[in-house]
Amino acid sequence: MEMKVAKKKLGLKERYRVMTRDLGWEPSYHTKEALYPYVGYEGIKIHDWEKWEDPFRLTMDAYWKYQAEKERKFYAIVDAHAQNNGHLNLTDARYLSALKIFLQAISPGEYAAHKGFARAGREFPGVGTQVACQMQAIDEIRHAQTQIHALSNYNKYYDGFHAFSDQRDRIWYTSVPRSFFDDAMSAGPFEFMVAIGFSFEYVLTNLLFVPFMSGAAYNGDMATVTFGFSAQSDEARHMTLGLECIKFLLEQDPANVPIVQAWFDKWFWRGFRVLGLVSTMMDYMLPKRVMSWREAWNMYGIENGTALFNDLARYGIRPPKGWDDAEKAIDHMSHQFMLGLYQWSFGTSFHSWIPSDDEMAWLSKKYPTTFDKYYRPRWDHIKKLAAAGTPYKNYGLPKLCQTCQLPTVFTEPEDPTLICHREVEYKGERYHFCSDGCQHIFENEPEKYIQAWLPMPQIHQDPIRGDLGAWMDWVNLKDGQDNGDYVGSNDQRNFDAWRGLATSNE
Amino acid sequence: MAVAALKEYVGVSRDRVENYHGKQLVYVAWDYHMLFAAPFMFCVEPQMKLGDLVRGPLSALMQPDPDAASIDWSKVEWLKLGKPWTPDFERSIEENGIGHKEQLRFRTPGLNTLRDAA
Ligand SMILES: [Fe+2]
Ligand SMILES: [Fe+2]
Repeated sequence: MEMKVAKKKLGLKERYRVMTRDLGWEPSYHTKEALYPYVGYEGIKIHDWEKWEDPFRLTMDAYWKYQAEKERKFYAIVDAHAQNNGHLNLTDARYLSALKIFLQAISPGEYAAHKGFARAGREFPGVGTQVACQMQAIDEIRHAQTQIHALSNYNKYYDGFHAFSDQRDRIWYTSVPRSFFDDAMSAGPFEFMVAIGFSFEYVLTNLLFVPFMSGAAYNGDMATVTFGFSAQSDEARHMTLGLECIKFLLEQDPANVPIVQAWFDKWFWRGFRVLGLVSTMMDYMLPKRVMSWREAWNMYGIENGTALFNDLARYGIRPPKGWDDAEKAIDHMSHQFMLGLYQWSFGTSFHSWIPSDDEMAWLSKKYPTTFDKYYRPRWDHIKKLAAAGTPYKNYGLPKLCQTCQLPTVFTEPEDPTLICHREVEYKGERYHFCSDGCQHIFENEPEKYIQAWLPMPQIHQDPIRGDLGAWMDWVNLKDGQDNGDYVGSNDQRNFDAWRGLATSNE
Repeated sequence: MAVAALKEYVGVSRDRVENYHGKQLVYVAWDYHMLFAAPFMFCVEPQMKLGDLVRGPLSALMQPDPDAASIDWSKVEWLKLGKPWTPDFERSIEENGIGHKEQLRFRTPGLNTLRDAA
């Protein structure tokens, strides 16, 4: 028999309660400790999970409707882009190097963030937190998917896109974000939230996504602009969640403050190293530049960062330990890193090139105290080598940092002409670092970082044993296609030919 | 505590010397020669003569630098663990006390063309 019950329409507040807080229950045949085994060991004390405020009061049904609408718009534009040869609207195919790095290094990070938030949502006891983590987990997998879909169109025409997931796992310049996410995902749930929810989403997102999306807009890449827009409202929610989480931790117990500060120090530095990739993209890879890395840092790093530290000072939080070293590195890092990417370009699944005279003039204008003094002489020499028919390749594989896993290309904070050497012995084994920041992170948890899988030393172990050709097969890199100088590449040849067809009557 | 963990936790280094089939890693850096973006990594037999590493693979990698041709190895200043050190080119890597993942550095005073170019 069917019973007809008059449905009462719920008010917004009521609805939020029913759809989130009311989903929880008190366990009766297991202890809370058995249900949430990971919530205590990091030393964080939470006295009242009810104090968790959901800043958006978003319920899953509303979330679903809203996201579905964004998906429809996104795919309409991406399909149109594919059908209308949108790739020929790019300023130049050099731009694709930035996209390739993004797909190999950053999009897999979205997927990792998805896994991490799904796990954090299971491990936190509070319902408000669980629901917020669940939504962010779905956001993140959507970001990974939309990025891969948007960029798959370029894969039809250009080299270097085809094996992004192998390259995420195996190639060397992607190991900085890979190890960043591996580190966060193998930490406890609170550290994960500080690492991704706070340091990454709140402190660093603007420095990664804003320059990248404006770079796309400046360079005619509608596909990327579209996924940027589609993710933007999520990012706003994530940033607020990250800040909410940090304040919740700091307010629950004063004993949480030093723990959070240590994570803040660690994850600021880890994030800063990931930004090394972004700095090279901004200063060297965009045919039409948006702003320099230095300008982006002033705007999003210093201004927003300082406002944030001032806000958190009332809890006893100070700026992260590596803040001053970061400032000293800003005018150098993109140049130091790009020189590395160029000289090891036989091992990159994207193209690089010697900056043109115009580009060098731009660099010296943007970096008046460093470019001409330190970096121009190196590029001039590299140019000379190329003109002499002996283009510069450095087959000396580099030493890597045990923590951030980047080649140790960065210099002493006080001497930009000297590589920074840092070394620690732990249980009779030597470990090397790119900086004091990375060394400190190691020293706090050596037992974790000694296990790092470092792509360069690995080349000399099984199964590669130093064979560069075997390594290229293993990382799915096609020599002479995906790698090397842009000048003379398939990408250059094809783009110029196709664009010629599209813009002339030849 | 060596790691934050629920229970006793022991990590294993991935780059232990036994993974290199009788060889070892050695890092070499030419101070102030930043055309080379990072120290070079070599995977060599500990029985290799140090002079063979220096005059062989190391010298080959150094060629692109404008100072490479003018170098006089007898005048080079070496650092090991960041401290002045005198190598013996006629003895092996092992006999020179160069361990797995050792970082050697050297300096060529008066010969820093690219650094002094600006
Ligand atoms: Fe995301
Ligand atoms: Fe590092």
